[in-house]
Amino acid sequence: MNSIIKRNQSEKRFKFYGILAVATAIILLMILLFKIFSTGISAFNQTYIGVKIQIEANSDVSNLDPRRELKRNLRAMFPDVKTRSEKKNLYSIFSNGAYYEFQEMLDNYDGKKIDGYYYFLASDDVDMYVKGTVKRKGNSAGRIQSSQMIYIDMFKNMNLIELKYNKYLLGASDSRDPELAGILGAIYGSLYAILIAFITSFPLGILTAVYLEKLASRNRFSDLIETNINNLAAVPSIVFGLLGLAIFLNFFDLPRSASLVGGLTLGLMTLPTIVIASRSAIKSVPPSIEEASIGLGSSKIQTIFNFTLPLAMPGILTGTIIGMARAIGETAPLLMIGMVAFIVDIPRSPMDAATALPVQIFLWQDSPERAFVERTSAAIMVLLLFLFVLNITAVYLRKKLEKKW
Amino acid sequence: MISHEINMNIEFIILSLIGLTAYSFLIGRKKALALSSLKNVIIHSQPYYHGLHSALITIFPASILLVLWSWIESSIFSINLREYFKDITDPALADFYISGVINYVGGVDQKIMDHVNFMSAVNYYETTMQMNLVLKGIIIIFLTLIVSRYSLKLIAADFKARDLVENIVIRVMRYASIFAIVITVGIVLSLLFETLKFFESVAVSEFLFGTHWSPQMSIREDQVGSSGSFGAVPVFTGTLLISFIAMLVAGPIGLFSAIYLSQYASTKVRSIAKPIIEVLAGIPTVVYGFFAVITVGPFFREMGIFFDIDNFSSESALIAGSVLGIMIIPFVASLTDDALSAVPQSLKEGSLAMGATLSETTSKVIIPASFHGIAGSFLLAFSRAIGETMIVVMAAGFAANLTANPFNAVTTVTVQIVGLLTGDQEFNSAKTLSAFALAFVLFFLTLILNIISLTIVNKYREQYE
Repeated sequence: MNSIIKRNQSEKRFKFYGILAVATAIILLMILLFKIFSTGISAFNQTYIGVKIQIEANSDVSNLDPRRELKRNLRAMFPDVKTRSEKKNLYSIFSNGAYYEFQEMLDNYDGKKIDGYYYFLASDDVDMYVKGTVKRKGNSAGRIQSSQMIYIDMFKNMNLIELKYNKYLLGASDSRDPELAGILGAIYGSLYAILIAFITSFPLGILTAVYLEKLASRNRFSDLIETNINNLAAVPSIVFGLLGLAIFLNFFDLPRSASLVGGLTLGLMTLPTIVIASRSAIKSVPPSIEEASIGLGSSKIQTIFNFTLPLAMPGILTGTIIGMARAIGETAPLLMIGMVAFIVDIPRSPMDAATALPVQIFLWQDSPERAFVERTSAAIMVLLLFLFVLNITAVYLRKKLEKKW
Repeated sequence: MISHEINMNIEFIILSLIGLTAYSFLIGRKKALALSSLKNVIIHSQPYYHGLHSALITIFPASILLVLWSWIESSIFSINLREYFKDITDPALADFYISGVINYVGGVDQKIMDHVNFMSAVNYYETTMQMNLVLKGIIIIFLTLIVSRYSLKLIAADFKARDLVENIVIRVMRYASIFAIVITVGIVLSLLFETLKFFESVAVSEFLFGTHWSPQMSIREDQVGSSGSFGAVPVFTGTLLISFIAMLVAGPIGLFSAIYLSQYASTKVRSIAKPIIEVLAGIPTVVYGFFAVITVGPFFREMGIFFDIDNFSSESALIAGSVLGIMIIPFVASLTDDALSAVPQSLKEGSLAMGATLSETTSKVIIPASFHGIAGSFLLAFSRAIGETMIVVMAAGFAANLTANPFNAVTTVTVQIVGLLTGDQEFNSAKTLSAFALAFVLFFLTLILNIISLTIVNKYREQYE
């Protein structure tokens, strides 16, 4: 009897290990997602400081220097600020972006009298302090000195510090100033690259799959192609990056850092995935349908294009979307072909120098500024959202269109 | 100047090509349709195929000529442009001027460079470029017209347009499938050439068995001790150490998850838990790298202080390895799951009927029966870990230490490749080339691991079929 109890105990233990393993995996995923979201969510807001702006009615603002003008308004708020270093400290709690925002305000000036509080972008250090990411120690917080803290406290007491939606994050490109940095350029780069990757790998993948599945006679050559594709699917992505570097940059002399090259490289990388998915989709089309088509007098090619491919299309598309989702999150090959530069402009065509979303994440996490941490997390959230949408589309397509024969 | 009289550009050429192709299709189909409506005439192929055939015939030669011409012209022009900068001895500087001329004419960069011949080179380039474009356009459009006429003449009742079109389609498909081999050959060749160049300056034995890796070259070539050292053993051991730690994390968790999900879990639990674990595989690796930097790293360092571990590096193999392990859990889990499910139900039921508990059945019958498959899946996961780049680039170090201590910083093959090839680097220096040699080793190592694991898995699958 003792041994039965023992055996049952070990049975329970074994089952417990299994549950523990599954739970560990799920908990790790939860920790990862929680960490990213909890750090990233604050980046969608940023700190603005209210400044009392006074412009007389019908004044000529076209020649005003926004920098000098904003500073003048600031000094008017704090008449006690006299010395150079005091002024410098006061100005330094604002971002460079504040002057652009003021310029924009001047551009929209309609001649009416302006007298009131308007909000301007604070510097990243102030932003970090206001959000509580950087804690206050005495009269300083992180890189904020006590001489600057005086002014932050003053604004705080006047209730002029506000968190507003961060329009730069999704509306601007990279910048050295964290508070002005955004991912729009990187999103464009990623979209161009993924489009090019799709254009190159999708037709090639389908044609290869059809040939291997329907037309090739079983011989050593088709076996070679098959093993080759299976092995290509497992080649480390960085090797594809080196291929892109050697072929597209050094041999064909295509522009470095262009999303065209990134897209071509990602396309080559995704091709095996698409071929494998397409083959299994084509395989699942029942032969009776094809035989009926042949029996009615269609040629083999007509059967393929009129019946096999349309019926296999949901499966092919699902595989392609999953391959594209993998490609969109890929970083290493893009580093090899130089899509890792600091690029301020939004790329206008696939030939322009660009960066991609995952590369932007890589670049930001490497930056020393504290404020880039939450922006990195926010960029990851956007990337994960893209992947989520792509995968949901794939699942939906599979559920909706795939028939069980 | 001629450029103002005829405004030819590449878009115009391509558009007229497309237009002529569409024209060939429509006219070809119309002609065949007219033929088929005649009495006493039975045409071999449907009008649609006649149109398609004409269109294909029309577009092929012209587009091939267009691509070839565009490819050759740039090299011819840069050779001619070189004449203007003959006095510059440094070829790289001459190239710089030539690209300056090309950018100036192309409107990319309106900078006039400081060279006597710059403007005359610009003039030469601008006029020849225009003439070339006009010539290219005229010849290509003319060729297309002739071919189009010819293809339309072919249309007759007994003309086998469908067979011809289908043959072209089959041929295109065959070339597409050969393209996969071209990629592999491209990988091998591009790595091989640079690797061979690397071994001209560094001995193979030093690379494979040397224990000191510091590829930094000095700036000046004549500097003493400028060669750098390229003993890759620390890089390989670092890679293996990190991958081994990753397998220590992913192996048990993946194996036990697979066992639980395939043997114990109800269908409902399985249908929920399995996709969640698969999500781990869909998360981009750069995200894992960031996770390692902001969460796992600080956590392990706290633990290190708590347990009083000396020399706990912030770039330790332990941090990179365990995050890498999390990433490959789903690979191990799903591949092992496949292997376990492939065991015939009869074996499992036989064991249960003999009175064995489920755990005894699993560990004494199912796992031994699927051992090959599990081993194959572990090998596949291991090769994935070796080739993974971003996690180690972000979480592991660049300094190559020969150590088996998981608390020390080690480097990996992929980290070195990224480090050596990003940023400004001169081509053909031993430092840059060493990255290709490392990649060559990486490619073959993963290839061999994949072939072995695929063979094992297939062999085992055949056993039960």
